Amino acid sequence: MGNGILVFCETEAGTPRKTAWELVSKAAALGLGPVSAVVLGDADVSSLGAYGASTVYHYTGAAFGTHSTGVVVKALQAAISAANPAYVLGAASQQSRDAFPRLAARIGAGLAVECTDLRADGGALVGRRPVYAGKALVDARVRSAVGLFTVRPNSFPLGAPSGGSAAVVAGDGGVSPADVDVRVVETLAPASKEVDLTEADRIVSGGRSLKSKEQFDATVRPLGKAVRATVGASRAAVDAGYAHHNEQVGQTGKVVNPSLYIALGISGAIQHLAGMRTSRVIVAVNKDPEAPIFQHATYGIVGDLFEYAPLLQKEFEKAGS
Amino acid sequence: MKVGVCLKQVPATDTRVRVNPDATGILTDDVKWEINAYDEYALEEGIRLKQGGKATEVILFSIGDAGSEARIRDGLARGADRAVRLDDAAFAGSDALGKARILAAALAAEGVGLALCGRQAIDSDQGAVPVMMAEVLGWNQTIYVDKLVIDGGSYTAHRAAGGGAREVVTGSLPAVITCDKGLNEPRYATLPGIMAAKKKPIVVKNAAALGLDPGTVGAGAALVSESTMGLPPARPAGRILSGEPAAVAAELVRLLRDEAKVI
Repeated sequence: MGNGILVFCETEAGTPRKTAWELVSKAAALGLGPVSAVVLGDADVSSLGAYGASTVYHYTGAAFGTHSTGVVVKALQAAISAANPAYVLGAASQQSRDAFPRLAARIGAGLAVECTDLRADGGALVGRRPVYAGKALVDARVRSAVGLFTVRPNSFPLGAPSGGSAAVVAGDGGVSPADVDVRVVETLAPASKEVDLTEADRIVSGGRSLKSKEQFDATVRPLGKAVRATVGASRAAVDAGYAHHNEQVGQTGKVVNPSLYIALGISGAIQHLAGMRTSRVIVAVNKDPEAPIFQHATYGIVGDLFEYAPLLQKEFEKAGS
Repeated sequence: MKVGVCLKQVPATDTRVRVNPDATGILTDDVKWEINAYDEYALEEGIRLKQGGKATEVILFSIGDAGSEARIRDGLARGADRAVRLDDAAFAGSDALGKARILAAALAAEGVGLALCGRQAIDSDQGAVPVMMAEVLGWNQTIYVDKLVIDGGSYTAHRAAGGGAREVVTGSLPAVITCDKGLNEPRYATLPGIMAAKKKPIVVKNAAALGLDPGTVGAGAALVSESTMGLPPARPAGRILSGEPAAVAAELVRLLRDEAKVI
């Protein structure tokens, strides 16, 4: 049985992602032993010590540029051997969704995915995770020498960094070009510069009431821009072709967790609520006062979204935030 | 090449979830079951591969008791050729790794060259089984695929990457692909399809038939346990803003800034 927590810290443009700092801070706060971090590929890892990591395993080499699952899994295995942790944490990201189940199967580790809360209970780590797209929550515990947990972005508030610093253990993670399995041949940039829905702090979503793609584009998107939000849509709006399927929020789309969710002309079907119910503040604009969304809204406006969207856009632009 | 499609039956998306008395799962007495929405994309892709001459046979694989056969029959009616239902008392309580071992053994036994799965089941919301299955089989995998091209012994797929970006990837077969919305438009069963499905074989296999050590699956082998299921906390009652529209819009923005402090 190992000791402490190892955090898989993903990077973006050469620095740790916000999720990495969130997880390192949380790991330190859990009090389950020393916190270490593993970073794959070139990056400035100096900030991780300030959030609570005592050791950073920093593996670099050409193979890490490929984002290949085979490479990530093998390097994580090397970091686990070096750090000998009781638990490994990662963000619930595409890379972890690809790598953690493989890693779990390879080393015989229990895996709890998509947790929204972590707590220590009698010296053991417990992950609270949504099931049925958040219609219910369940506590996951592992019974293996090493337990793997992935955690949704924005699950924990990020505290201020302290002055701490970590010992950096550099290496190549034992990987070679032969470990590259699936190859990325092209990266298609996101259609917009918006933050991905699952990581977005603000979301403006539209429903079937938008009536056409043109009206969706002319109403929801400008408001989204004024709010500095990522645009989302209900299943009905996506199925009607008003928005792209990547923008769907709900049980068969993305599950989101923003501070602010503005729902325009969305009635609040169970399957949509399942995807956004954990939003901190929900604003609903809907003509139908009986729409179920109002039972979940922090602030509700009963009225025509085509009237209110431009007014709200003006107010948000004025507020400049 | 034989294509395997993994199907799971799940509660319909409009199910109102109620937790069972020992808080280990939901009450299923009045649940309407359907094929997991993402598995429908996998099934459709398999059928299209066969129609396009890339697959010789589409075989369904599903872990479940006889009660789940209606969903398998639905899959056969839409165009799959035959099915393998995996059923054994020893499978009960399997975690994701246990289920991956069961499915992997069944896929290997049928000589499948490509396994198509939904990107996640909409009940347990894990997306772990297909990836674990790939590891058990020693195959590569690509997840969250919304475009797939098979070319001889390899494939090209478009997948969601982090931050809203998409990646085009290539890998060799055999492989596991998990399917996302956007990959295709799943068809419904037609009446002739439903009639034809009645004659298509569903073979039932247990641990012994799969050559699986019962000690590697089921509750006893599970490395993860889930308990104390509960409903999410109710949201505090909200407030309806009313009045002259321009004033309501201004008041909302003020509340978001000064009261909720989210902007």
